[in-house]
Amino acid sequence: MSDLAWINGALVAARPQAVGALLRYFRDLDMAEEAFQEAALRALKNWSVNGPPRDPAAWLILVGRNAALDGVRKSGRQEPLPADEVISDLDDVEAPLAERLDGSHYRDDVLRLLFICCHPELPATQQIALALRIVSGLTVPRIARAFLVGEAAMEQRITRAKARIAKADTPFEAPGPAERAERLAAVAAMIYLLFNEGYSAGGDTARAPLAEEAIRLARLLLRLFQTEPEIMGLTALMLLQQARLPARFGEDGEAIALEDQDRGLWKANLIAEGLALIDKAMRHDRPGPYQIQAAIAATHARAARAADTDWGQIDHLYAALERIQPSPVVTLNRAVATAKLRGPGAGLAMIAPLEERLSGYFHYHGARGAFLMQLDRNAEARAAFDRAISLAGTAAEAAHIRKHLDRLMCEAR
Amino acid sequence: MLYALLCYNDEDVVWSWTKAENDAVMARLAVVQERLIKAGKMGPSLRLLPTTAATTLRKNQEPPLVIDGPFAETKEQLLGFYVIEVADLNEALDVARELAAANPGGAYEIRPIALYNPESRAAG
Repeated sequence: MSDLAWINGALVAARPQAVGALLRYFRDLDMAEEAFQEAALRALKNWSVNGPPRDPAAWLILVGRNAALDGVRKSGRQEPLPADEVISDLDDVEAPLAERLDGSHYRDDVLRLLFICCHPELPATQQIALALRIVSGLTVPRIARAFLVGEAAMEQRITRAKARIAKADTPFEAPGPAERAERLAAVAAMIYLLFNEGYSAGGDTARAPLAEEAIRLARLLLRLFQTEPEIMGLTALMLLQQARLPARFGEDGEAIALEDQDRGLWKANLIAEGLALIDKAMRHDRPGPYQIQAAIAATHARAARAADTDWGQIDHLYAALERIQPSPVVTLNRAVATAKLRGPGAGLAMIAPLEERLSGYFHYHGARGAFLMQLDRNAEARAAFDRAISLAGTAAEAAHIRKHLDRLMCEAR
Repeated sequence: MLYALLCYNDEDVVWSWTKAENDAVMARLAVVQERLIKAGKMGPSLRLLPTTAATTLRKNQEPPLVIDGPFAETKEQLLGFYVIEVADLNEALDVARELAAANPGGAYEIRPIALYNPESRAAG
């Protein structure tokens, strides 16, 4: 790998920690970002000559801080600080800073940086856009492409979101345990939203990398909060879902249902990592929604063929999820497992009470159509599938349902 | 003489490699490994899952303590390792506890293996 590629990789990896520490120092997001930008520019020049520093994040924080202070001093016509070429040679300047960062500051810096993006007044898409800009360092044009809006519109959206959080009271003191748990939960929800932006896009090249970025942020959180079972669960859930990506779409771009996917295409390394994490989480005996959803994904991943799926286990896990996080969508998913165990009639009965709340939901009509089709109630099945197609969010979803309809038409002939 | 080559790198960077970057590195390594296999010099090789998947059993106390995360102390040095095939983390921890009872002190880091290439030298 070339020097430049290595340096870019190191800058991306160090960014959340470095910007997080600079934000704590300057208490101003724009200033923290500018300081990081300046440090990154100097890193490109300096690291390619002197080699990478032992702790890239500590180097960037120190150089970024000095550069920003230097700027302040220059504008005040005062003495400049020593050049960073001098600083980078002094290991002993780096060491104490790295040590200070090693502890709780470091964790809370990154958490704070992610948390300010989750401001409750910001709509979900703005939270994600902000996190991609501030934490991940994606350029505005790239974020705009991912959200299918113009660059100017995205620039404006991010500027407005930043103004909103600048006015908000960003808490800079170290959080207590309850507050830290609250922040973690908000950040986890935002990361999962980010993942789903990428995941639901499937093969769409502009948005698909969002899922990978979500996984990267989750791994980062997991490294900082090593004993949180829900963070293990969230990371496992995303890894196990992402593992199916190569099998989720057919040649014509149509969505392929889980049980029809070629499991040989699933990414074995992501599955191994996901299973390892869910294993770790279970040891804590503190179940939560992410762990249960990950356990469901793990049950699918463990089945070599669709026919080997342990539907009893999946039904049991959905029942647990219904208890701690009741929602019609969870019940709908459970109905699919119940139908596998006790037949399509049982599935249909389970979703009947959901009709009113899910009447505008694509997957409700898709599942209902499938149950009806299995019960040979073909006319009703066709009506349900027609309704599903009219509600499909993507061409891939519509194409998947159309296959069912084609089959019904063939049988009718 | 048998040698173990222990691989160190920044996992943030390595696990952020795109598939193309990863494939390129693996292809270059495969050329070297192929030559070693032909020369009968290649023992088992493996790639570990990231440290986030690690669990550590501290066995310098009784009973040993299970900790989430990798082995993070700097006082102790890496002295050896086992490769075991078990059903899950709990069974791996059971094995580690058994070994710990036979040899207390220090710690075992239990790290799942992502990719395992078995011994390719001729038997014996």
